[in-house]
Amino acid sequence: MGIISRGFSGRRREHDPNLPPGQYLTDDFPVLSAGPTPRVPLDEWQFTITTESGQQHDWNWASFTALPTEQITVDLHCVTRWSKLGTAWEGVSLDTLFADVESAADYALVRSYGGYTTNLPVDDLLDGKAWVAFRYDGDDLAPAHGGPARLLVPHLYLWKSAKWVRGIELSDDDEPGFWESAGYHNYGDPWREQRYWGE
Amino acid sequence: MSWRVATVVALRDQSPTARSIYLDVPGWPGHAAGQHVDVRLTAPDGYTAVRSYSIASAVDGDGVELTVEQLADGEVSPYLGSELVVGDLLEIRGPIGGWFVWRPDQREPIQLIAGGSGVVPLLAIARSHSAAGNQSPIRLLYSVREPTSVIHSAELEELARRDDGLILTYAFTRSAPPGWNRPPGRVDAALLADSTWPTELSPTCYVCGPTGFVETVADLLVGAGHDPARVRTERFGPTGGIR
Repeated sequence: MGIISRGFSGRRREHDPNLPPGQYLTDDFPVLSAGPTPRVPLDEWQFTITTESGQQHDWNWASFTALPTEQITVDLHCVTRWSKLGTAWEGVSLDTLFADVESAADYALVRSYGGYTTNLPVDDLLDGKAWVAFRYDGDDLAPAHGGPARLLVPHLYLWKSAKWVRGIELSDDDEPGFWESAGYHNYGDPWREQRYWGE
Repeated sequence: MSWRVATVVALRDQSPTARSIYLDVPGWPGHAAGQHVDVRLTAPDGYTAVRSYSIASAVDGDGVELTVEQLADGEVSPYLGSELVVGDLLEIRGPIGGWFVWRPDQREPIQLIAGGSGVVPLLAIARSHSAAGNQSPIRLLYSVREPTSVIHSAELEELARRDDGLILTYAFTRSAPPGWNRPPGRVDAALLADSTWPTELSPTCYVCGPTGFVETVADLLVGAGHDPARVRTERFGPTGGIR
């Protein structure tokens, strides 16, 4: 425990078991992005998985939205300390997108329209842990929140859930993404409070 | 990144809702303009609350200046804005952030655009630019609700008085001083065209403020022809109705 802050008692709080350490609840849906919001026309949208051998699997908007979708209700945890519980999404499971992908790679680098990147282990994308989501709370996903489609990996801090996702590159090497190269944790588990390098 | 114990050495009200906190942080490693720190408060029962605040100062030894806008429903900012007194201790860690920063070896023109208390990290950039003697042209468009909402006016106007210093333009959204040359209103394409560097100069643009403001300004900059990769943004607060 740190030093006591004279005169600080904090809000009256009940421990919410769904709230990771150091997070507070919000009912709002804050927007945090490093640059302008890209506007991606649906007729130009494409999503590509590239394996470590260079093999590509492509979807356009029509073929992507023709895939079976799932309704997902998950909690979001942003490294800037807000958490939003019980958010409702519709998206395509990464298990579906990876069904025909031949790969033994351990790492994924996710790329977005606008140039954003983030990295994570392939294991964290599979077995019902990640989706490419394109609807939020019953509506098309707004551009400011990552539309037309964003990655959704709710068990990691939200910067891993890349907005405006356009592809995933698989590799035997772990390559740090945008925030991971700028002082943020390489993995980002909110339950272990992995916010910054060295935590 | 470890927590450090900082001592409050001075406080200064900037507006009815914002105040600057001057900290002495022994062993402070320095920071880049635009970075922020985490501030941790601890209650007697061990409960802690942590929030991030932008650094307002250029690097100056162990001194770190934060400017905090009090949020009506906040947990940490009301304490920092009203309860804290000189001599109190605060725990901080940082500096944090590697993207919304300006470094003195940058040579391109700098365009700063602030909405409300989003001016704080931009003041740090303007101060660092001046302290480094950097020759790149620098300009700030600072949008606020009304004249009494302006914070850090003395420092900004001092930087603007220097030769080759900051070019400073205020924009008022709700009420302007008497005789002001532009009626109150939100930032629009015409104001940006008049008050920011043209795209031909390829400035790096730093936009900081509430989410709705940053969304609008960043879209206008891209629409005017700025390379999106040269528009860096930092947003705070609620979504302002974006869905």
